Amino acid sequence: MQAIVCIKQVPDTTEVKIDPERGTLIRDGVPSIINPFDTYAIEEALRLREKFGGKVTVISMGPPQAINALKEAVAMGADEAILLSDPAFAGADTWATAYTLSRAIRKIGEFDVIFCGRQAIDGDTGQTGPGIATQLQINQLTYVCKITSLDLEKKQIEVERLVEEGREVVHSTLPCLITVVKDINQPRYPTILGIRKAQKAQIPTWTAKDLDVDPRLIGLEGSPTRVVKIATPPPRAGKCEIIQGESVEAQADLLAEKLIAEKIIV
Amino acid sequence: MALLQIKREVCTGCGLCLQVCPFGALSLDSENIVVVNEACTGCGACVPECPVSALSLPEAEKKETVSTDEYSGVWVWVEQLNGQASSISWEMMGEGRKLADKRGTILTACVLGYEAEPLAKQAIAYGADRVFLVDDPTLKVYRTDPYARILVELVKKYKPEIFLLGASTRGRDLAGAVATYLYTGLTADCTGLEIEEGSNLLLQIRPAFGGNIMATIKCPHHRPQMATVRHHVFEMPAPDESRQGQIIREKAVLLEEQIATKVLDLIVEKNEVNLADAKIIVSGGRGVKGPEGFAILHELAEVLGGAVGASRAAVDAGWISYAHQVGQTGRTVRPDLYIACGISGAIQHQAGMRTSKVIVAINKDPEAPIFQIADYGIVGDLFTVVPALTRALRRRLNK
Repeated sequence: MQAIVCIKQVPDTTEVKIDPERGTLIRDGVPSIINPFDTYAIEEALRLREKFGGKVTVISMGPPQAINALKEAVAMGADEAILLSDPAFAGADTWATAYTLSRAIRKIGEFDVIFCGRQAIDGDTGQTGPGIATQLQINQLTYVCKITSLDLEKKQIEVERLVEEGREVVHSTLPCLITVVKDINQPRYPTILGIRKAQKAQIPTWTAKDLDVDPRLIGLEGSPTRVVKIATPPPRAGKCEIIQGESVEAQADLLAEKLIAEKIIV
Repeated sequence: MALLQIKREVCTGCGLCLQVCPFGALSLDSENIVVVNEACTGCGACVPECPVSALSLPEAEKKETVSTDEYSGVWVWVEQLNGQASSISWEMMGEGRKLADKRGTILTACVLGYEAEPLAKQAIAYGADRVFLVDDPTLKVYRTDPYARILVELVKKYKPEIFLLGASTRGRDLAGAVATYLYTGLTADCTGLEIEEGSNLLLQIRPAFGGNIMATIKCPHHRPQMATVRHHVFEMPAPDESRQGQIIREKAVLLEEQIATKVLDLIVEKNEVNLADAKIIVSGGRGVKGPEGFAILHELAEVLGGAVGASRAAVDAGWISYAHQVGQTGRTVRPDLYIACGISGAIQHQAGMRTSKVIVAINKDPEAPIFQIADYGIVGDLFTVVPALTRALRRRLNK
């Protein structure tokens, strides 16, 4: 079983605090982490390898320090890691990112399943996974919460997808691309042995020259979208009205009265 | 080489930009002037922060990838399950109508399904001037490939200027594939759409970093300008059954044997929640203390006809299933009323619910951050407050 996992390094929002006066994020000294959803993707690939044998290759496109995310993936148990880093990749939107990643995947060669997280917690788009699948012209199975069966000989897979109404059971042929939600597993922590292995691991960096890419389709130039403005969202209007009362019953009744009077509950 | 351009002679070394850089790419050099390292991704977060306009990003070389003049009209994809349109579809029709009127063009609905003609008629009632109806057994249940291929062919044939899809699991799955085929821009999860004066481009406004920043995104040289739209943000228009419109039947692109995926089943568990459609959500966090605690939230939700949500803490503790999770790693919701019980209100939770129309917080700790974004609050033990609220509402609503 050959698996490729695409991961992204993101700022750790659990370490982010809000500046109460300006309402902006204080990101000073915020550490970078593997996008949380991507850790579930790595874990699922590792579990399949443990069951079926094979290899797990992790790739990431980003600045040079994204190598730390790849090292962490190796520490978790990934066999190989490749960094895609080049100033020419900078400023890529989801289209150009998916294009670049798909070219790297073609260079890696054979695979059965590509794993991605549902979305990254900084951009929150969830578009790169479908973009990669479409670039590679393979099936995409998004929001997967369970792999129910995998048959490498018949090249078939069955999964459950978490959709708004419940869980959808889908059958697909391989190869395919899967994006995972956090329900799918509990990611392991790196072991001491894994961390040692990661320290010694040779992680190659592929630049635009190493990939068969059209230079007009990568980075900012290849990106159809442009961010034209970044602003702090307006704070929620109004202030919290703390409901007081002589007893809990009185408080609850006053709240019920207000919610009904203001037609919030009809 | 980083993308950010710094005017060294203008920079005052105030350091404001250092604080907002999400990637730690900025620092002050020995002359107290900002320098950028290769961690810069060109996200642009620092540019508006600079009080002296010393920072800028390179303007993309002006190029016409497609002849944008050939593209006109606003399109909306009507998402359906078993012949029922999801509410986001009609919300987008309302917004699409406004955009089409502003651009002096027509609004088109794309209805894909099986025996879906009633939906095409509904789409006209909700504001469409024209409907593309693709009615085929292969389209009964949503699947990426057959749906995406049809939309790609329709776009190539009719060349719309703007194309909106819901930011649901299906909408995001589909839009990502369609935009990739077409090599055009796609903006995820928009909460605001405007037409820019002068350029007539679609300004797509969306939250990022868990809702802590709002980004405005344009797609200047590619068409259609595609966006997925968050549910419950735009008003649901009132349907007008007397409206007239044109229904154009189009053919499916793929035969069943050309489709590599099969949807075998939809498992809907008892008490399964559809948080996306819930108008009222009663949500529980660490303060609920266990699975039994959620019983009183279920009772309150039942009286209100709402759904039960949960914070990550409650889901991770195994008290309730992941389908209920609201927040950055769960679902983003925007109900009319969100009642947070025993939820402290960490920013990851706020990211999933802060745009709710009205927020009520019930928490023992008066210092809990949830009170900072709530409209109403009761400081107290949820195990007495929630049942009291249930009783009060039952009485007042005569249930």
